[in-house]
Amino acid sequence: MTIFPEVIRVLAFLIGIIMFVALNAAYLVWLERKEAGHIQRRIGPKEVGPFGLLQPLADALKLMTKQLIEPEGVDAVLFKIAPILVMVPAIMCFVTIPFSETLAARNLDVGLLAIFAFASVNVLGILLGAWGSRNKYAIISAARVVSQNVAYEIPMLVVIVTLVMITGSMNLHDIVTQQSGGFWHWNIFRFSASPLMPVSFLIFFVCMLAETNRAPFDMAEAESELIAGAFTEYPGMGFGVFFMGEYANIVVGTSMATVLFLGGWDCPFGLFPGVHWFLIKMYLLIFTVIWIRWTYPRTTFYGLLNLSWKILIPVSFFNLILTSAMLKVF
Amino acid sequence: MYTYLKDICVGTWSLLVGLAITIKYFFQPVVTVQYPHEVIPMTPRYRGHTELVWDEDKSSHKCILCMSCQRICPSQCISLDGEKREGMKQKALTKYQLNFTTCSLCGLCVEVCPTDALTFSKDFNLAGFKGEEFVFDLVKRLEEKHS
Repeated sequence: MTIFPEVIRVLAFLIGIIMFVALNAAYLVWLERKEAGHIQRRIGPKEVGPFGLLQPLADALKLMTKQLIEPEGVDAVLFKIAPILVMVPAIMCFVTIPFSETLAARNLDVGLLAIFAFASVNVLGILLGAWGSRNKYAIISAARVVSQNVAYEIPMLVVIVTLVMITGSMNLHDIVTQQSGGFWHWNIFRFSASPLMPVSFLIFFVCMLAETNRAPFDMAEAESELIAGAFTEYPGMGFGVFFMGEYANIVVGTSMATVLFLGGWDCPFGLFPGVHWFLIKMYLLIFTVIWIRWTYPRTTFYGLLNLSWKILIPVSFFNLILTSAMLKVF
Repeated sequence: MYTYLKDICVGTWSLLVGLAITIKYFFQPVVTVQYPHEVIPMTPRYRGHTELVWDEDKSSHKCILCMSCQRICPSQCISLDGEKREGMKQKALTKYQLNFTTCSLCGLCVEVCPTDALTFSKDFNLAGFKGEEFVFDLVKRLEEKHS
């Protein structure tokens, strides 16, 4: 990469990341619909192109040709800025994610911190959009999103603190390099640091689902009670960008789970590590996320908060104390 | 404390059971019929609109123009017309008009027919823009089907 001048490198990564995000957002919708179909024992999209592969294109065309209506009484600035505030941080997160040994836009020493800082802006985007659209459903949705994210940010960050204590680094590249050499070196199976590592992976995964507003935690857009929640008033591509941001956040979340717990680009058997292993693990996790969505019904809001405050937070704190004790003793 | 931990374990286990069920469904073959591309045969007791039965021996319908169906029809949606032909004792059926917009598919005409000339068709693909499209001439329909 050193032979490239800096400007070309930045441009290449910028275009590459945006293309990766857009392609993922488009085809994850296809994957979601296909997987939902097969779980319900039907086919899913099949008419547009072979296996319905052109369906995202048709959806995008439909969204783009719609008129951009600005409803009466909305806060024009907030209304327009909100979709961007959801999309841009999601793209920013990709800057520090190491896809392979050499494929990373920037290898920051505080990469982990940067990702969580950017990821939390997502909530702000939804809150502003909902508040700006002057709609009661949107405001209820915004209140839910904020309390949900406050509740789930805590156990997630406690798990991250535990992990940083073990790895001793916030550099994602270093974290992955520590885990290289087979799946028994991965953080999820690092029993020498804490016997509860699989549990902390589970907590991280559940919190990731809640942070990205995925079912069964999709309280923000509980269709049966809140129409489309925060997105109710958004027409055409305004809604489209929110939607893309949601899928981009899922990609970020699963990438983080891959990097932090599943050894990033490392091969489970120590053969040919590379970007393909990263993608295989990431897409398996995304498959699981969709699989979970089409298995469980939506929880109640109390159930959601109870799960976080009564189970995830105590367990993650217990894990933190256990890990620090084990690090001190051994 | 015991019930707290037990709830967590039992709850997690029940979630895993749910995931196992859906993934099993995921790999099973689909059960839906891709309707416009494939059509399943209708059940024998399905009642579409009535149609005339094709008689292989006469290579025609079996109607003897007794008018029983027209008389028994509670909705008065059947009207028959015939003409006298050379060398035949009875009148020959020229028109069997069924107004399907008022037909209630009660089946009395099928039951009353002395020669079993009527039956229910299996045709469910009926759609149109005007009411007149559902005033069928069953003789014509039979001829079209066997031409």
